[in-house]
Amino acid sequence: MKKSLFIFTLVGFAFIQAYAGGYRVSLQGNKALAMGHTGVAVINSAETAFFNPAGLVYLENKLNVAAGGFGIFSSTKYQNTNTGQFAEVEDNVSTPFYLYASYKINEWLAAGLSINTPYGSRVEWQKDWAGSHLVNDIELAAVFIQPLLSIKLSEHFSIGGGPIYATGNVNFNRNINRTLTDENGIRSNVTIDDSGVTEWGWSASFMFTPSDKLRIGFNYRSEIKLNAEGGDATFSNIPNSTLVPVQNGQTTFNASLPLPAELTVGLSYQFNDDLLFAFDYNRTFWEVYNSLDIVFNDPNIPPSINPRNYENANTYRFGLQYQAMDQLTLRGGYYYDQTPVQSNFFAPETPRNDSQGYTAGLTYDVSEKLSIDASFLYLRFKEVNASYDGYTENGSTVPFSGTYKSNSFIPGIGISYKL
Amino acid sequence: MMKLFKLYILLFTAAIFISCEAEFENAIEDNEVYKVGDADFSNYVSVGNSLTAGFADNALYREAQMNSLPNILAQQFALVGGGEFTQPMVEDNIGGLLLNGNPLPGFDTRLVLSTQSGTPAPENISGTPQTDITNVLSGPFNNMGVPGAKSFHLGLSGYGDISNVETIANPYFVRFASSPSATVIDDAVAQNPSFFSLWIGNNDVLAYATSGGTGTDQTGNLDPTTYGFNDITDPNVFGGVYNAYVDALTSSASGGVLYNIPDVTNIPFFTTVPNNALELDAQTAADLTGFFQAFAGIFTQGLIMQGVPPAQAQALAAQYALTFNEGPNRFLIEVPVTETNPLGFRQMQENELLLLTIDQSALAQGYGSVVLTPEVLQVLGLLQQGGTPTPEQAQLVLDAVSPISDADALQTSELDAISNARMAYNSIIEGAAQANELAFVDVDELLEQSQVGIPFDGGTLSSTFVTGGAFSLDGVHLTPRGYALVANETIRAINQTYGSTLPGVNLGDFRTIVTSDNTGM
Repeated sequence: MKKSLFIFTLVGFAFIQAYAGGYRVSLQGNKALAMGHTGVAVINSAETAFFNPAGLVYLENKLNVAAGGFGIFSSTKYQNTNTGQFAEVEDNVSTPFYLYASYKINEWLAAGLSINTPYGSRVEWQKDWAGSHLVNDIELAAVFIQPLLSIKLSEHFSIGGGPIYATGNVNFNRNINRTLTDENGIRSNVTIDDSGVTEWGWSASFMFTPSDKLRIGFNYRSEIKLNAEGGDATFSNIPNSTLVPVQNGQTTFNASLPLPAELTVGLSYQFNDDLLFAFDYNRTFWEVYNSLDIVFNDPNIPPSINPRNYENANTYRFGLQYQAMDQLTLRGGYYYDQTPVQSNFFAPETPRNDSQGYTAGLTYDVSEKLSIDASFLYLRFKEVNASYDGYTENGSTVPFSGTYKSNSFIPGIGISYKL
Repeated sequence: MMKLFKLYILLFTAAIFISCEAEFENAIEDNEVYKVGDADFSNYVSVGNSLTAGFADNALYREAQMNSLPNILAQQFALVGGGEFTQPMVEDNIGGLLLNGNPLPGFDTRLVLSTQSGTPAPENISGTPQTDITNVLSGPFNNMGVPGAKSFHLGLSGYGDISNVETIANPYFVRFASSPSATVIDDAVAQNPSFFSLWIGNNDVLAYATSGGTGTDQTGNLDPTTYGFNDITDPNVFGGVYNAYVDALTSSASGGVLYNIPDVTNIPFFTTVPNNALELDAQTAADLTGFFQAFAGIFTQGLIMQGVPPAQAQALAAQYALTFNEGPNRFLIEVPVTETNPLGFRQMQENELLLLTIDQSALAQGYGSVVLTPEVLQVLGLLQQGGTPTPEQAQLVLDAVSPISDADALQTSELDAISNARMAYNSIIEGAAQANELAFVDVDELLEQSQVGIPFDGGTLSSTFVTGGAFSLDGVHLTPRGYALVANETIRAINQTYGSTLPGVNLGDFRTIVTSDNTGM
């Protein structure tokens, strides 16, 4: 127990950049992550609140709570063999976390609460690196807060869902172009910053349990479009020249960033008392992310149009759960995560190609009520040659190309409590 | 059970501390991509003048030094084992030099493109230079580029002696010479370079050219101590010192690269102001033609009065009966007074060049043609009516002609002198490269191409002043993008000579000119 607390503090201070396709951060529960982040057809703790609210009503206890977080240790490198340029993402700290609770009101109705961080990105390249005209650093975070209801309609079928309150913030810095500097040779750059951007969405799910061994789940989460209005745009290190259309100082901007809808279907199969298999399929509707358009409210400053052309993407997840001993449950999993990013619109602010995740984890029951959940994810991205063809200079497209290689290494820890 | 749990804790803790760094199969960072070939780039020393020092916009300043040609090269050499490249950095991005706290005349601040005067024009950036040449830096420095150095200066003892700063010393070398008596070449060779570059000889013709040919062509004079700064160096003097430098540098180096001298007629300092920028409407053209008919007539009369036979007088004066047409016309230029051209002016020839520094507002007011004052026009009216002007009135007409002075132009004979010397230097340079099996960069050819334009990923790089991108605002030195162009050609030549596979740089990542209104006006 003491040791596990030690681990908890150890990872507590070291949450780093989060990864999944695009800026979706699929780290919504330690039990689920240990099983390849499956869970739409699994009922094992309050984590079900995220994966399939319809399942909450099946939880045995009156009150269920699960909370935890992850430490993401990741590395991304860039190089271009045509020019000899290379760069890497410097380590950053971000805090993906979750808190779930459910309360069984009666045999057919449960209420729940879900708080988590399903979208976010934090990428900090070396300042003024080769792609600094596209991004120096970006930090994007969204917190979803969702009250839930779970209703059992029959022995075999339940539904669930609720409204989502999303609050987000963004901070993004890039250089104005590839060469502009002030009189001292310091690169001209712009930072956009906005926080407390809020929006409502919803999710709805059902769970079908045809036999005591097989469950089938379905969950749909709506798109939420975060509209930043009147955020701060700060221009720095602009030369003092009337030939340059911007000046040093602050203006405001409007921009919109979609947090795409996600559909999950899956099943779980209980082979025997000790062994459970789960499969989830996610489809994330990324095609809504066409372009990141930043419109400055100063009419003299041309808008920044950044084509993204994301495509809808699929993720295939597989997990196993094994009750090894009375107090110990072991888990393992694998997933294949398709990137929504096309190889010729590979923007270095989200340098993610297709990835494969290998997961493992365990739950140790400290007492009847309290257990510790630990998980571990190794996320492997293939070395990829890609370019971003959405940048133009004097009217002509200037591709930014090179080779990227990433991997991530994500331990997580949490607790589950039931009463 | 606890055992298993402890094992998990152990793995878990270990996992946190194990590096999970992504690794490329072949990482540039780890020198796994490029071949070094036969050369050793571990200690690269660059010897040269302003073109290798990082000089641009008529000044030496920090940011331009960071984008100096050899520094760009050194960044690429570092991919195959090249070492650190040190440069004698100046103090600021203002440019200009101080001597004991006082501005050193002739070493002004850098030029920026300013709109303070209404239209964009190169102006000196405001600010006080911080670089005092009494503050001697301790080297050695890999970049041994000394702005203003001619070929024979590199071997000149006392060239870095502050007590000679009024005479033979160069204030830029004073800043980093290893001792007052040190020579540039000795300080370079003393570093035992494993690889070197040598680009010298530009100033041996360029100083003459930028002075408008007011210096002397010293071809035939083998004693450089008698040369003035604006003189052309004798090719034998050049060849003697050049080959000695190459010998000294190759003694320790595994290889090197030599650069030839570009044609001055390809640099915007001489190509920006056209020699036919005398734009005339039909009326003014007719007025000017009429003026010179009158002028020739007056001159003929003058000659006859001096006793010259009329036929001869008319023949001699006929060259001044210039005709002008609507549209562009060539300017008039001052030439030496000879028996065949007793007034010492004529219209410019097609190949002749004007300097960038010529007073443009004077050109607009008749400099290079005729200053047609009301008084002059009155005399012309008198002549048209068949009247006879008084001697004073005739003189008024003769004085109204305002040819461009020698210091503002390069005429055919001067261009020939420059070309002859330069061709001689270039054959010495190419010969030295062949004899020593060194890499060779034909800068002459490269700048010839850039006259037309060289495409890159963000457009076309050309020599056109201000807008072309290759040349800085002094019209002589390159921009960082221009230096990057030369760096890529250098890398191509090195790869060819030494079997290396060094990558070139991306021209679009390098800036062109700087715009700023932080100027005095």
